[in-house]
Amino acid sequence: MEKGPYNTGGEIRGVVASPGIAIGRAHVLRKRDAVSTGILLKDESEVLRAIEKFELAVQASVEEVKSLKRQRGLSNEEVDILETHIEFLTDPQIKADVFREITKNKKNVIDSVIDVIHKTVDMFRNMDDDYLRTRAADIQDIGDRILKNLLHTGNNEQTFPPNTILLAEDISPSDAIAFDMSRIIGFATRVGGKTSHTAILAKSKNIPAVVGCGTALDIIETEDVVIVDGTTGIVIVNPDEIRLEEYKARKEACDAEHKFLSSLKDIPAITPDGVAITLLANIANADDMDDALTYRAAGAGLFRTELLFMNRTAFPTEDEQLEFYKKTALKAKGKPVTVRTIDIGGDKPLDYFTFPKEDNPFLGYRAIRISLDRQDIFITQLRAILRASVFGTLKIMFPMISSLQELRQAKEILERAKAQLSDEGIEFDKTIPVGMMIEVPSAAVMADLLAKEVDFFSIGTNDLCQYTLAVDRGNEKVKALYDPFNPAVLRLIGYVIEQAHKQKIGVSLCGELASDPQATLVLMGMGLREFSMSAASIPAIKNVIIHNAFSKATEICENVMAMDNSKTIIDYLQTQK
Amino acid sequence: MISRNYVIMAAEGIHARPATALIRLVKKYKSIVSLRKGESTIQLNSMLNILTLGAKGGDTVTVLVDGADEAEAAAAIDNFFTEELKTL
Repeated sequence: MEKGPYNTGGEIRGVVASPGIAIGRAHVLRKRDAVSTGILLKDESEVLRAIEKFELAVQASVEEVKSLKRQRGLSNEEVDILETHIEFLTDPQIKADVFREITKNKKNVIDSVIDVIHKTVDMFRNMDDDYLRTRAADIQDIGDRILKNLLHTGNNEQTFPPNTILLAEDISPSDAIAFDMSRIIGFATRVGGKTSHTAILAKSKNIPAVVGCGTALDIIETEDVVIVDGTTGIVIVNPDEIRLEEYKARKEACDAEHKFLSSLKDIPAITPDGVAITLLANIANADDMDDALTYRAAGAGLFRTELLFMNRTAFPTEDEQLEFYKKTALKAKGKPVTVRTIDIGGDKPLDYFTFPKEDNPFLGYRAIRISLDRQDIFITQLRAILRASVFGTLKIMFPMISSLQELRQAKEILERAKAQLSDEGIEFDKTIPVGMMIEVPSAAVMADLLAKEVDFFSIGTNDLCQYTLAVDRGNEKVKALYDPFNPAVLRLIGYVIEQAHKQKIGVSLCGELASDPQATLVLMGMGLREFSMSAASIPAIKNVIIHNAFSKATEICENVMAMDNSKTIIDYLQTQK
Repeated sequence: MISRNYVIMAAEGIHARPATALIRLVKKYKSIVSLRKGESTIQLNSMLNILTLGAKGGDTVTVLVDGADEAEAAAAIDNFFTEELKTL
């Protein structure tokens, strides 16, 4: 593309890889690719020389990686990457493959290495596992290193001026370690996705990055002013004054927020007067568990399983479900994960299951009602969860229970699933805790009796609020009536917590109210000790907990419960910040 | 020859870091050590082969140890799969 007037204010869209905003000068990294020559080896002495050349290049490569490893200040992850590269460089399989190309096919050493690396990279790229696909970058990296030593070409430039934004095809794992990272403030690459090496590296170094920009990135040249917005996945070239000022302000806000959040990460959620609160994450798949752990969640208070049932053509089999739950259980490393059985209904249609047409899907055939009606689907899910329970600490939770009878029926089916597994000699956690969501008003009112038959409650405030107040949040006309601070809703929540304590069972809250800092103290005052929310909300809630004494929470709760309308309650809570 | 089954108790399976540790552990012994998952068996000396075996978290694998020091090697590998792997 032509440079000049066209190359200003251009906006390039890529994939969000590492959040934050960087404003700096571009440095474009060009890779020197080795090309095959097609020249064949003439005789045995050339074959022997080719083998010798390969061995020397490998040796030199191993020495280079070892010297990289001796750098000071490497993180454990960086050392791991380099150790892995040494193993790949000396891998007997790769060596055997290269030797075969040389001796059998009489290819020259460079062609042989290009060939073997190319095939191996392809093999990894086509694997059905994200993690293994990412390893293709490591193989390419060690291959490039061997080739560089065969061709005696120099290293990539390794020092940059301050405030450099690095642009490249991709950043290889070992380049990333060799570069002086203190001067690189952002990345943008042509290839790669969320789990690519560049993305992982950028995240671990807290450097904003946008990957997978494609050839659009080629309009940028070294020295251009570039903005990398890793939060929205946009790269801006030579922005005008207005754009630049706008982004400078955004960057400041972004940095301040990041600083605040990371300062809270390792602080325990304990009030100044010593009351410990458990902060859990709401998750929808195994990857969410990574985020949960990053924010130091004590586990997953709500593992939604609907994602497993969406975007497919048939119900997932028991084995498919097992994989899904097992991976999450293992990732949690022993921390508790509460698995909620399916909460589907007419509002979330599935391609392979026809829901009856309903006027009120939220009051209709959904969640536990489907599970109890279609026990074949239910028992498959329960068996999969039970089988996954040996890989971590799982709990089972039933959604939308509205009566004792429903709870008993669900538990009976669970017992049947357990009996089946026992008969088949399949292991599972025989003492797996069983709980239920409290999200239907009838269940909240019956909490005293329900508490005698479960190990824990989890209060789902979103549905509880809309069912209690008879408000559809999606209806513009009545939306304003949806209000979790309505005293009726707060009384129900308070009652459920009280009954749980009376029966000495666990109780947590997993609705949006759990992530609303305005509600934290009221709920603590009611006796709530477990909050489950999106992982990213944890720091803000923790911030409330560590700055307010529990005695204050009790007082606030008493005052709030004496008020008769939500406006008074919200106004009062705002003065208590 | 000693043969033992293990369930892989790591979410990512035998990924690069544990594979590196495992190869280096095996190198300390004279015995030939192989890893079997389903139909495929690989020798435990190649990172490439371990990764392509694709042993995922929760999978069951069989370790086969054959050689003069097989008892010592098997004991060290046993410790690897039952203890170390969880922390890697």
